[in-house]
Amino acid sequence: MAATGEPILEVGGLVKHFPMSQGVVFRRRIGEIRAVDGVSFTLRRGETLGIVGESGCGKSTLARLLMALERPTSGSVRINGREITRARGAELRQVRRNIQMVMQDPYTSLNPRMTVGDIVGEPYEIHRKVVPRRERRRMVQELLEVVGLNPDHVDRYPHQFSGGQRQRVGIARGLALKPEIIICDEPVSALDVSIQAQVVNLLERLQDEFGLAYVFIAHDLSVVRHVSDRIGVMYLGKLVELGTEDDVCERPSHPYTQALLSAVPVPDPRGRETRGRIVLQGDPPSPAKPPSGCRFRTRCWKARDVCAEQEPALQARFTTGHAVACHFV
Amino acid sequence: MWRSSTAERDGRVPGGEALLTVDGLRVEFATRQGVVRAVNGVSYRIDPGETLAVLGESGSGKSVTAHAIMGLLDTPTVRVPAGEIRFHGTDLLGLREDDRARIRGRRIAMVFQDALSALNPVFTVGAQIGEMFRVHEGLSRREAERRAVELMDRVRIPAAAQRMYDYPHQFSGGMRQRIMIAMAIALGPELLIADEPTTALDVTVQAQIMDLLAELRRESGMAMILITHDLGVVADSADRIVVMYGGRVVESAPVHEVYQAPAHPYTRGLLESIPRLARKGRALPAIEGTPPDPLAMPTGCSFHPRCSYRQDNCVTDAPPRYRIGPTRDSACHYWREVLDGSHG
Ligand SMILES: Nc1ncnc2c1ncn2[C@@H]1O[C@H](COP(=O)(O)OP(=O)(O)OP(=O)(O)O)[C@@H](O)[C@H]1O
Ligand SMILES: Nc1ncnc2c1ncn2[C@@H]1O[C@H](COP(=O)(O)OP(=O)(O)OP(=O)(O)O)[C@@H](O)[C@H]1O
Ligand code: SF4
Ligand code: SF4
Ligand SMILES: [Mg+2]
Ligand SMILES: [Mg+2]
Repeated sequence: MAATGEPILEVGGLVKHFPMSQGVVFRRRIGEIRAVDGVSFTLRRGETLGIVGESGCGKSTLARLLMALERPTSGSVRINGREITRARGAELRQVRRNIQMVMQDPYTSLNPRMTVGDIVGEPYEIHRKVVPRRERRRMVQELLEVVGLNPDHVDRYPHQFSGGQRQRVGIARGLALKPEIIICDEPVSALDVSIQAQVVNLLERLQDEFGLAYVFIAHDLSVVRHVSDRIGVMYLGKLVELGTEDDVCERPSHPYTQALLSAVPVPDPRGRETRGRIVLQGDPPSPAKPPSGCRFRTRCWKARDVCAEQEPALQARFTTGHAVACHFV
Repeated sequence: MWRSSTAERDGRVPGGEALLTVDGLRVEFATRQGVVRAVNGVSYRIDPGETLAVLGESGSGKSVTAHAIMGLLDTPTVRVPAGEIRFHGTDLLGLREDDRARIRGRRIAMVFQDALSALNPVFTVGAQIGEMFRVHEGLSRREAERRAVELMDRVRIPAAAQRMYDYPHQFSGGMRQRIMIAMAIALGPELLIADEPTTALDVTVQAQIMDLLAELRRESGMAMILITHDLGVVADSADRIVVMYGGRVVESAPVHEVYQAPAHPYTRGLLESIPRLARKGRALPAIEGTPPDPLAMPTGCSFHPRCSYRQDNCVTDAPPRYRIGPTRDSACHYWREVLDGSHG
């Protein structure tokens, strides 16, 4: 869906460092894990921003910061212009109404002892004024219908549903308060291939119907590509490339993005013998000890001396606004 | 139907070349809710040096079949009411446990799906790899350690001589997977079963591991059964593919033929539902419905509740594996329509 331009979520210089400590009686701080280390972006109404990156690069931490489930070390998150990082109590509840989350694991993210109706309707218990009590059951049934579940199954328990259906329950719950933003953290990766497409289609349909904006986090680039208007590529707590889906996937400019795209296996055996591929050596370094200068330099085939000395800024390097954090673009 | 031999069915010469044939295999588990027919008449064949991909939905019986080949179905609730697994012509299911143990690890080895938790956290990785040589080849500790370092080198673990003294938790997921592969290839097996070897890994690490497996196969001529649900991984590396659904094989074919024109509605549905550039901004053609409940398999063709090609007879008659090409078959009554691409 085309974004209408107006920013709904503004993230500036967001940082989250987790302290690492040692010792049981006298805990000593021995360093910190720089899970998210200076992330900035803007999400517009009705837009989907995809976030991709390898395990441990900080995607879920970023998601929790956006949801105000975690307090940042520094930086700001504004929803409709209101700062949420310092909000507390009633104010925090109020801003949270507008931003909901769909999580990766449909098997563990639902309470097994609650009925599906109670799970989907739980947000109404927290925000009691939104829907009067006697209306709730009907609202919940309507939500189940919206996500393609049988409204008569409102009294069933999660174990009576398949993985894809459980993910739909999670989405119905996310929609209960009519948020404008939904953060999806790996919403389809735990699902069977034949079910993933159903859930992707559902998310897209709901976006059209309700004008939702998504931050869509996933490691499957082909899915991210399909749903996203813009894509941000993360490496060790930082965005290294940010641009339209077309810019990032057709004209990848950061060496890491190039390697990531070329590593995705193509579902077509024709020409596989001659297909070139950039195979990165080694593993990403630890976020507790990120390399100086450019964090990608220990695996980058273009690295030169300056890369160890100066950190490249994420800045627009093309007229389209396509931003890349590399000295040599 | 499952009684006819695989070799006959997929049109290749019986006997002789096949490295391993699974024929009419059934595996059942007794559970409190009833009998789970996890594998329900599975037949497939792999030739020496070949890479066979086994693709299928979660719960379709891929791992259970592999465990049966390895002789590792050891819960008291399991039953194998029918089937043969022939390795170089010998039925493994008829062997005594000590004879099977001589094949396991040495001639047929496996990298397990939950590889990352399969390593013992309290022993160094060098000791665990070395153990293979001490147990199977009676090597001394020193000699076993030397061979362990060699193997770690071979699977490209940097600074192997130092790192052999490290414990599993000190390695990344990709490195631990390399260690598991090292242990599997230690004794030079003819057949390696790799059960979802890269599912838990990042794409860049997946590319490294798939490259490593390809290189090891080129060097040793070892055959590989690659279990996966990733159509990209299959397209990249397999010679042939077997597609499973609900404990059965629904399609078996050379890999190029399947991608060009699938002959089973399930395979076709999977291929169509992959997001591709041309479909950007449109709904994905999804397979509707949900995978079958193993305790209540649909009658007739088990795919019928989800199938857009379904006709009345599909609900009652289970399709046999129709031979549709020299080395190709499909378990669909309407494979012609599917192959033609005319939509049901
Ligand atoms: N509560 C915490 N305390 C300490 N370290 C943490 C905490 N949460 C996350 N981390 C660390 O922060 C880094 C980023 O973790 P995060 O879960 O955000 O990564 P991710 O990109 O979501 O990875 P994945 O793709 O595996 O889900 C990791 O090194 C992780 O170990
Ligand atoms: N020990 C057991 N007891 C009861 N049922 C079992 C047992 N092991 C496997 N099953 C069942 O057998 C069926 C096939 O399982 P299998 O592990 O072979 O699936 P799979 O195709 O490997 O799936 P996945 O892609 O999720 O690994 C499933 O329904 C599973 O629940
Ligand atoms: S700044 Fe240097 S090390 Fe970093 S990506 Fe660019 S070339 Fe590579
Ligand atoms: S046999 Fe019938 S139901 Fe089964 S896959 Fe073929 S057309 Fe569909
Ligand atoms: Mg995560
Ligand atoms: Mg399995």
